[in-house]
Amino acid sequence: MIDFGYGLTPSATLRIENVKNPRFMELHALEPDVVKCIACGSCAASCSAGCFTEMNLRRVILSLQRGREKETLPMLRHCMLCGKCQLVCPRGINTRHLILSIGKVYGLDKKEEVQP
Amino acid sequence: MSQNVVVIGGGPAGIEASRKLRDLGYTPILIEKEPVLGGHLARWDRLFPDGVEARAVLRPMLEDLDGIKYFTDTEIASINRLKDTWVVKLSNGLSAQVRAILLTTGFDLFKAEKKEEYGYGIYERVITNAELEDWFKSGAAPQFDKVHTIGFVHCVGSRDEKAGNRQCSKVCCVTAVKQACEFKEKYPDLTVYCFYMDLRMFGRKYEDLYLKAQKEHGVRFVRGRVSEVSEDIDGHLFVKAEDTLFGKPLKIKMDMLVLMCGMAPAASTPALARMMSLSAGEDGFFLPQSLVSSPCTSSREGVFFAGSATGPKTIPETLGEAANAALAIDRYLKTPEKA
Amino acid sequence: MIYQGKQKIWSEYQKEIPTDDWFYVRSCIRQSFFPASEKMFLEILRNRLGKNVYETPSHTTCGGIAYHSEAIPQETMMTIIARQFALMTEAGYENYVCSCITSFGLYTEVMEDWREFPELEAKIRENLWKATKREFKIPKYLAHASDLIYKFRNEIAEQAKFRLVNKATGEPLRVVEHIGCHYSKMFPSKGVGGAEYPYVLAGMVESWGGEVVDYPERRHCCGFGFRQYLVRANRGYSVSNTHKKFESMEPFKPDMIITNCPGCPYFLDRWQYVIAEQTGKTYGENGYGIPVFTYEEVAGLVLGYDPWDLGLQTHQVAVEPLLDKMGIPYHPEDKYKGLNGKELQRPEFPMNIKCC
Repeated sequence: MIDFGYGLTPSATLRIENVKNPRFMELHALEPDVVKCIACGSCAASCSAGCFTEMNLRRVILSLQRGREKETLPMLRHCMLCGKCQLVCPRGINTRHLILSIGKVYGLDKKEEVQP
Repeated sequence: MSQNVVVIGGGPAGIEASRKLRDLGYTPILIEKEPVLGGHLARWDRLFPDGVEARAVLRPMLEDLDGIKYFTDTEIASINRLKDTWVVKLSNGLSAQVRAILLTTGFDLFKAEKKEEYGYGIYERVITNAELEDWFKSGAAPQFDKVHTIGFVHCVGSRDEKAGNRQCSKVCCVTAVKQACEFKEKYPDLTVYCFYMDLRMFGRKYEDLYLKAQKEHGVRFVRGRVSEVSEDIDGHLFVKAEDTLFGKPLKIKMDMLVLMCGMAPAASTPALARMMSLSAGEDGFFLPQSLVSSPCTSSREGVFFAGSATGPKTIPETLGEAANAALAIDRYLKTPEKA
Repeated sequence: MIYQGKQKIWSEYQKEIPTDDWFYVRSCIRQSFFPASEKMFLEILRNRLGKNVYETPSHTTCGGIAYHSEAIPQETMMTIIARQFALMTEAGYENYVCSCITSFGLYTEVMEDWREFPELEAKIRENLWKATKREFKIPKYLAHASDLIYKFRNEIAEQAKFRLVNKATGEPLRVVEHIGCHYSKMFPSKGVGGAEYPYVLAGMVESWGGEVVDYPERRHCCGFGFRQYLVRANRGYSVSNTHKKFESMEPFKPDMIITNCPGCPYFLDRWQYVIAEQTGKTYGENGYGIPVFTYEEVAGLVLGYDPWDLGLQTHQVAVEPLLDKMGIPYHPEDKYKGLNGKELQRPEFPMNIKCC
């Protein structure tokens, strides 16, 4: 193998049709309102943890739908379950229950550290 | 002998205005260039937001044409001003001299082949919203095999400087959501994507339709405009868009793509504007006297508008303007002629 | 694929190309990468078609590489181009044809800039006068060399000895056509066929008997650019673009690639070697790779010129399998011989991609 001093860059494009999302289906069964999200960002804007950490519920929901949960699940650890997001969600989603369900389905309540 | 009024354009606006004018005691002369009356409404299957059938709306109108002189397959040859009347010559040789003309020429559907990057007319699996309505109406079996994933592309020919149409066509977003729901009702196992720039759900019950699409039918909405479509070796489509909310480019293999073609100004507008010295806006639609308080009167005496000739509109707005125009014409014709 | 849909689009992007009396400017790098291509262009136009193509030894680069790599400012580049136009005016011509795609894009861009900003044009005239005491007229017609070959493709087909057909099976060859980005992406109306489905190379392929392959990444850039390969560490970005194209065209099993840019055939050719050495994967048949040609080389091949006179021995990916497919005779032993039969040394062959 010759070392050319450069290599092939991996593609950043998401190929969603290849994404099998059984865990999202599980989440949908636990909290059916997750598909009502319109990504308006009210939750992220009012988030207490969002002021000081990278916690962003809008991003988390989107990444779960795209099958890229590894990138965003670690930020859920910062959630304090204060409920401000639930107060402002225009679609009436029970966001606290959603966050707890995500933790359950995607295994966040295990003690092992999730790599950021 | 009741007064004649010439109504140019036999779509829902023209037919409704003619009925109202006839009820007020006038004789409308309704002129339509296509072989049948009904305009674009005659082509649609079911209307938003409730799914009422288009023919159920159109049929009572078409059965109530007594007292209206209508000519199909006829075009306007010329219109000239003679003192305070208009002399209208038709392509069938007839002519009429009237004090009032109502323009209900409507819109033309944007020609999707102008958006070359979407491959309409080149890839078989790319169709337009109008063709989809044709297919829903016919109830035929699917024309393509192995359809698992389909997509709707919003804003084709609307809000697009390159396509020459800067305006929003108003109704395509809710039509796309309606068609997505209809698809899922027919084929529940399909995965349906809607690629939008902004979702315009302005009317009553439109937001509920959006919610129904998300919750009941699982339609996936991606905020990002489709940039290009290409074909695989077995005829399936690769659609490229950006998921702007997530911040990554997407490439999805699809089995069918529906282009939501917008409303473009009717092709007859420049010629008619020239004949009657009317002005059109920068977007190509006729300009009424005021977009807010007098959308049905023009800057010329005796010329009135109704319907999407002055800009994209929904059916209820069109029917409302038709009645508005009929009353305006009635008031104009009852004022004494200027000496 | 509905072919008529494409034809409709092509008919909307027709370009007026005069038939004779051209002022020709060469490309900086094509002489090194594709030595016989420009010679073949002049040979075809002058000797086979009897046209008048004039070139002057005083002409220079257009400044494109330096400009796009930000080595010289825009004003300098425009003055260089003004001097080229001055040479054309002094020779008495008004039809300008250039060999390089980047030049073509640059000339079109400069002429558009001067049309929109006349004060800029006035300034450049002044610059040129101060520097060289020359004056220039803007060319009446600007074309790329591939536009001319496209215009005369049927005349070439009449004189052709070979066609782009697989001799053994009688099937047309499957040809991937790759257009340089600067040809029609910047000014779609200045390219034959527009930006989405350019016709300049497709027309040539069809006249000469081949079949054009449409694959999903057809319009993707080959990754040449300028800044992204000048610095070695950035070349990963370049090679990834070419890799994307090859991955996309693989299922369609093309026999050859035809291009009209100096950089594209170079990259599409050489990157196959890099990809093979890095990943072990080749894209042609039997581990050879897909041969890449410029349009002059293809024109020369169908007209029956000797492949080694066309400079095909400098290609990385072996062209012999394709020559065998087309039934073109050649002498394998002459490949590495120089002028007067002088023995040049054989190059070392790579590990993962087969060469001849």
